[in-house]
Amino acid sequence: MTEVLIDIKNVNRIYRDDAGHKIYALRNVNLQILRGEIISFIGPSGCGKTTLLRLLAGLDKPQSGSLSIEGKIIDKPHFERGFIFQQPALFPWNTVEENISAPLKARKIYAENKHKAARYISMMGLAGFEKSYPHELSGGMAQRAAIARALLSEPKVLLLDEPLGALDAFKRSELQNNLIEIWQKTKTTMALVTHDVDEAVYLSSRIAVMTSRPGKISKIINVELGQNRDRNDDGFIALRKEILKELRLASISPQPEYNI
Amino acid sequence: MNDEKTYALKSKRIKWFENPLISEDKVYWKPKRAIWFWLAVLSFAAAFGVNVFIAPLQETQILPYRIFLASAVFLLLSLHAAALRNPFLRAKLYHYCQFIFALGIFLSVWDLLTDKTSVLPVPYFPSAASVLQVMVLDHALILKSALYSLRLFFAGFLTGIVLGVSSGILIGWARQWDYWLSPIIKVSGIIPPVVWIPLALSILPGSFSTGVFLIFAASWFPVASMTANGISSTPKKYFEAAQTFGAQKKYLLFKVAVPHAMPNIFMGILTAAAFSFTTLIVSEMIGAKAGLGFYINWAKAWGAYSKMYAAIVIIALEFSVILLIIGIFRRRVLRWQKGIVK
Ligand SMILES: Nc1ncnc2c1ncn2[C@@H]1O[C@H](COP(=O)(O)OP(=O)(O)OP(=O)(O)O)[C@@H](O)[C@H]1O
Ligand SMILES: [Mg+2]
Repeated sequence: MTEVLIDIKNVNRIYRDDAGHKIYALRNVNLQILRGEIISFIGPSGCGKTTLLRLLAGLDKPQSGSLSIEGKIIDKPHFERGFIFQQPALFPWNTVEENISAPLKARKIYAENKHKAARYISMMGLAGFEKSYPHELSGGMAQRAAIARALLSEPKVLLLDEPLGALDAFKRSELQNNLIEIWQKTKTTMALVTHDVDEAVYLSSRIAVMTSRPGKISKIINVELGQNRDRNDDGFIALRKEILKELRLASISPQPEYNI
Repeated sequence: MNDEKTYALKSKRIKWFENPLISEDKVYWKPKRAIWFWLAVLSFAAAFGVNVFIAPLQETQILPYRIFLASAVFLLLSLHAAALRNPFLRAKLYHYCQFIFALGIFLSVWDLLTDKTSVLPVPYFPSAASVLQVMVLDHALILKSALYSLRLFFAGFLTGIVLGVSSGILIGWARQWDYWLSPIIKVSGIIPPVVWIPLALSILPGSFSTGVFLIFAASWFPVASMTANGISSTPKKYFEAAQTFGAQKKYLLFKVAVPHAMPNIFMGILTAAAFSFTTLIVSEMIGAKAGLGFYINWAKAWGAYSKMYAAIVIIALEFSVILLIIGIFRRRVLRWQKGIVK
């Protein structure tokens, strides 16, 4: 079943630096994201990963080319495309419960959907912390709350921009397993930006390796490891090598910043 | 936390003040021995003794003052009795005892320097007893003036807050409003509101409306500029997060920007309160025929300095209560800040 959910066609996103020179954050990017897959984007700093994700979210627009979901052009944010920032952007003035149910209130469907909030709170292991404020949570819990908030809208795609980048190794692997659980339960399509080769191999069905200046996708690697992946498995190690080589080929010193 | 508390309290082997929740408390840190408490009681008893046993040079009706001192001693003792079972109340009480002691000494000395010896020049420095006396004798007029001031204050202050918050939101949110209103706000912030008194007195129909206008002018600026600041400094990430979960403009403004601006708004309101207190009294002293500012001026004209001090005490009390009320609102609204700041 390989149904295209998102179609990225010839997308260019150009910034200008202080001197007025063009920076091709993204140049002629083409990609199709399939329904139900987890696709990772990996590449050196500045290769346009965040730019691409923001375009998918509708938080930014390309100069040329188009992005569409189910055939509809993406031109503004919509709850069908959830976004997880590296630093969980929870509202400090709301409790965990209020934060997670904020999407329902924003869309004025709170009364009939209250129970859903409770479901996602317990699904993300936040039961008992409903009345806590974000600053009282650990980084991992805060990120789980942010994920619960995004999931509550039952998005067609979840866009994750280095969601685990700020966490320590233990929290990272815990949240990676959380993400897999969510995916198994909901089959939500996910587009995940990461710096961590292992994380990409562990979670994804496909990995898009990107290069910078100009930012583009240099290679797409299929991950055919099945479920319950083992980081010491031969196939896993081979893939890790392949990706590291790919990153090196793009004349960038590979920096697996986090290793578990 | 609670278990820890009860455990420490139940355990009989330690003294009440050895409970770490009390001995390591950052707020009520003063000595926990009873000595300062008894010294505090003693100092008020001494003030009472000075008043009773030393013959006065000036004739004052001392009954209200003695009742005041006696009730202070009574209050201290009953608080102490209540605190014997409640170590936290006890720590709080003991914390303030050094200050209460100093207050008792101050009252004794004050009495000695005024009614007893007239060392301080009469009539500019009346005794505490005579101030209390006029408070009792003139209570009807003082109360009326206090209520009048309160009414004037709230009329101007609430107008200032409502218009300040709404114009601040507009300025912080939309650049057109920012462009046109910001210069006006900046200029009105530089000009002290009291300069409008002569003009306002001749244009506006009465002294009350003049007062309302002046207090409004004093409170509008700090509230509006702080609100605008809080709104416009809302981090972009909150707006973007809200947009990705389906929020529209109205939500972004009222559920994101406004809550973010709340700490600033309260800072503006507190500044406005301070400005307004001054403006209130000044405007009453100049234009009005009622209110505490007027009362002070009127008392001075008659050389009734005790009345002046009485009014000053009432002003202090009234403004403290207002600040207290603002503080309660602030704590409620900014509950989420607990633990972030401080
Ligand atoms: N708002 C902006 N203004 C100017 N240049 C920008 C802006 N946003 C991004 N860029 C530039 O575009 C390029 C791609 O940025 P982007 O943030 O997408 O990279 P990234 O792959 O997410 O990097 P990182 O791994 O560091 O997060 C960079 O060279 C960056 O400097
Ligand atoms: Mg990035």
